[in-house]
Amino acid sequence: MAEIPDITIEVSHLVKTYGALTAVNDLSFTVKRGEIVGLLGPNGAGKSTTMRILTGYLPANSGSVHICGHPVASAPEATKRHVGYMPENNPLPDDMRVSEYLWFRGRLKEMPRARLRARIDEVLELCDLKRNRHRILGRLSKGNRQRVGIAEAILSEPAVIIMDEPTIGLDPHQIIIVRDLIASLRGRMSVIISSHILPEIEATCDRVLIINGGRIVAQGSPAELRHEIFGSTSYRLELAGDADALAGHLRAIEATLKVAALGDCGADGFCTATLVTESAADLGEQLLAALPALGYRVRSLGRTQPSLEDVFLAATRRSWDARLPDKPVNGDSRAPLPKF
Amino acid sequence: MRHYFTILSHEIRTLLYSPSTYIAAVFFLGVMGFIFASILDLYSKSPQETPPAVVFFQFFWFPVLFMVPLLTMKTIADERRQGTLETLLTTPVNTAEVVLGKFSAAYLFYLLLWGSTLGFHYILQLYARDARYLDSGPLIGGYLFIAISGLLFIAIGVLASSMTRSQPVAGIFTVVLLIAVILGPRYLGEISVLNHAVFGPLKSALGSLQIFTHVEDFTHGVIDTRQLFYYLTGATLALIFSILGVEAKLLNG
Repeated sequence: MAEIPDITIEVSHLVKTYGALTAVNDLSFTVKRGEIVGLLGPNGAGKSTTMRILTGYLPANSGSVHICGHPVASAPEATKRHVGYMPENNPLPDDMRVSEYLWFRGRLKEMPRARLRARIDEVLELCDLKRNRHRILGRLSKGNRQRVGIAEAILSEPAVIIMDEPTIGLDPHQIIIVRDLIASLRGRMSVIISSHILPEIEATCDRVLIINGGRIVAQGSPAELRHEIFGSTSYRLELAGDADALAGHLRAIEATLKVAALGDCGADGFCTATLVTESAADLGEQLLAALPALGYRVRSLGRTQPSLEDVFLAATRRSWDARLPDKPVNGDSRAPLPKF
Repeated sequence: MRHYFTILSHEIRTLLYSPSTYIAAVFFLGVMGFIFASILDLYSKSPQETPPAVVFFQFFWFPVLFMVPLLTMKTIADERRQGTLETLLTTPVNTAEVVLGKFSAAYLFYLLLWGSTLGFHYILQLYARDARYLDSGPLIGGYLFIAISGLLFIAIGVLASSMTRSQPVAGIFTVVLLIAVILGPRYLGEISVLNHAVFGPLKSALGSLQIFTHVEDFTHGVIDTRQLFYYLTGATLALIFSILGVEAKLLNG
């Protein structure tokens, strides 16, 4: 296989419309070699459409996609050699056996027979399918089918792997197996996965793209996203002492540190306080050192992270809001977009 | 074309494993045996002018109408319904290879089924102990006709299958198209308006589209290049439209 460049996927100003519906609206992003990128978005956000365009299955209306330096639109056969794709719902022919199916797919992907034979054993081992290699695909359980789909996607060791909802419908145990499998590809292959299951994305992905209405509304690592969307970190503190004077003391520790909420104090005198700061640094140690010195008794301190779920909800809400002031500008007679 | 043989062997495997192939085969051999037996019955009652093989091939349209849809309706429609067309087309395979591979597999089966009817003639000769019954001329001509017209019929079936995601719709559409191609020119030619001198060229064009005339020519040893051209271009055109059909459906997602 030819040398794989550092940037494996390059999408610029991609637009795809279905009649009047704009599924993908001016989408641009790049994926580096060995990176695992998660595509997040509500239903109908354009995740599957984007993936299908990346694989060359759907043509885009405008914009360009380059996979390993080759344009998808004009050199589809060159790009398809670099892509392993698992579509949504993972369609498999019902009447084939696992090893037969992998053999057929491997031959279609132009793998030499001798290497394919060894590689099939390898992926069956990787995906824990050894015991099922002679079973008929139509009779496999959902989890095994999903693993066959993943085995098929990584079969020809492509530079780019695209998986549309790889963990949908799996039990927690199998989700962990699939997650480990995807994580084991890190560094070797670029992986794009889409999912609704947010902890899933958080655990496996280096970078998250949140898509809504066909546009990227936020991107970055899960930690960056948290900071970008909320801009603050919060701490949960259980302490006993002079609660009213707390705010003043806190300002002395860090300028932006405030008490966001103060719970009722219990019979033992301990109250629960939620502190908020704009500082990105971890203030845990400072708090633990300063508060007892001021006469407070601290029982517990925790840094509360907004979950990716909160980030996701906030980011998608923000993108709806961003659409509202879509008033005609400079004599532009375009009607405002409908409210959602 | 490097994927053509991969797809062809996969398709042949699928046809061998699919029950509809065997239903088509049993049906076909039963019906053909019945037709053959009735022809022999007719010949045993009174002397006829034409050899039995000529009459036998005149009935070609009947098995074609039910066998071609059974062999071809699954090809593309079912892949589209299951979603495996998407995984197939995201490998470095082009649409032409997919369509040609599926077409070739169905065509090979079509030939195989018709080839098995050679047994009828052999059995007849075996029991009659008379070499005259195995009249090689009409047989060679007849099977040549089957092989060449089969290209067009199977291509029509693949075309119908490429235009829908439902197998029954593909099957019915195939039957309709086949009826139009096989019986259409015969009925159109009988419209009395066409007898007017102005429509002379149209009438003669319809006359040369008569597949029943083609069978007669072939079984009598007349191989007309115009007829060969008709089947070959017809098949090519149907296959090109099938390729477009598969690709056009992609545009709609």
